Amino acid sequence: MADKAASPVIMRSMLGQVRGLGSAKAGTAHWWAQRMTAVALVPLTLWFVCAVIRLAGLPRAAVVDWAASPLTATLLVALVLATFHHLQLGLQVVMEDYIHRDRPRMLWLLVMKAAAALLGLAALIAVLKLAFTG
Amino acid sequence: MTDVREALMVGRTSDGRTVRRPLSPHLQVYKPQITSTLSIFHRFTGIALSVGTLLLVWWLVAAATSDAAYASVSGFIRSPVGYLLLFGWTAALWYHFCSGIRHLFWDVGYGFELPTVHATGKAVLVATVVLTLLTWVVGLATL
Repeated sequence: MADKAASPVIMRSMLGQVRGLGSAKAGTAHWWAQRMTAVALVPLTLWFVCAVIRLAGLPRAAVVDWAASPLTATLLVALVLATFHHLQLGLQVVMEDYIHRDRPRMLWLLVMKAAAALLGLAALIAVLKLAFTG
Repeated sequence: MTDVREALMVGRTSDGRTVRRPLSPHLQVYKPQITSTLSIFHRFTGIALSVGTLLLVWWLVAAATSDAAYASVSGFIRSPVGYLLLFGWTAALWYHFCSGIRHLFWDVGYGFELPTVHATGKAVLVATVVLTLLTWVVGLATL
């Protein structure tokens, strides 16, 4: 017992320790992606809100002019990608926490991910169309 | 051990030590506190903002489509319901934004002392109100 106290028994395999996998059977990719998109969204959100305030009440032509600039288009693409990636990661955690039965959880996760992907793609196509034809 | 049910609380850490497992609070019998309430707010505003992206997508797609499509999204936003939704969306955005920054500080290991947690929690609420009002005052002034 004295020996055990001096060097505690590590229950995980060496491969398990290297991979850093815990009881969730997954690594840190999800957690890390959620944080990275959050950090990216801090400046992008500030920029977007300021931009929308300046466009408020203006006709469509003003929005098209604004979105046609390569700088605006770049930031809009970044905003759309970060927003929809962050959103589906967050909703996934909420669904995993509150939908306890396997089949409904899998179903709702698939529905949510499909909806997030399609909405994100629609926003992306709109931004690219404005960038290339605006 | 005072009760046989305590046996269910015995757990083991990854380095092999036996510990008493932490127990999550049961929400039904848990007194609401600023910590738990703001945590629930963070999730709630995250869900609301996710639904709110429908408006963002509608706006972008309409701008890329036609004057008529853009007129209909503008008309919706400037209806009473549209203003109410956009105001709620702005408040949810600034709350999630400020609360998210608070979470990022926790993620790098700062601000865990209870007085700090309470102070930053109140700061998030104040900042949300200030940023929401500022956004609308400036936004309506530029109209």
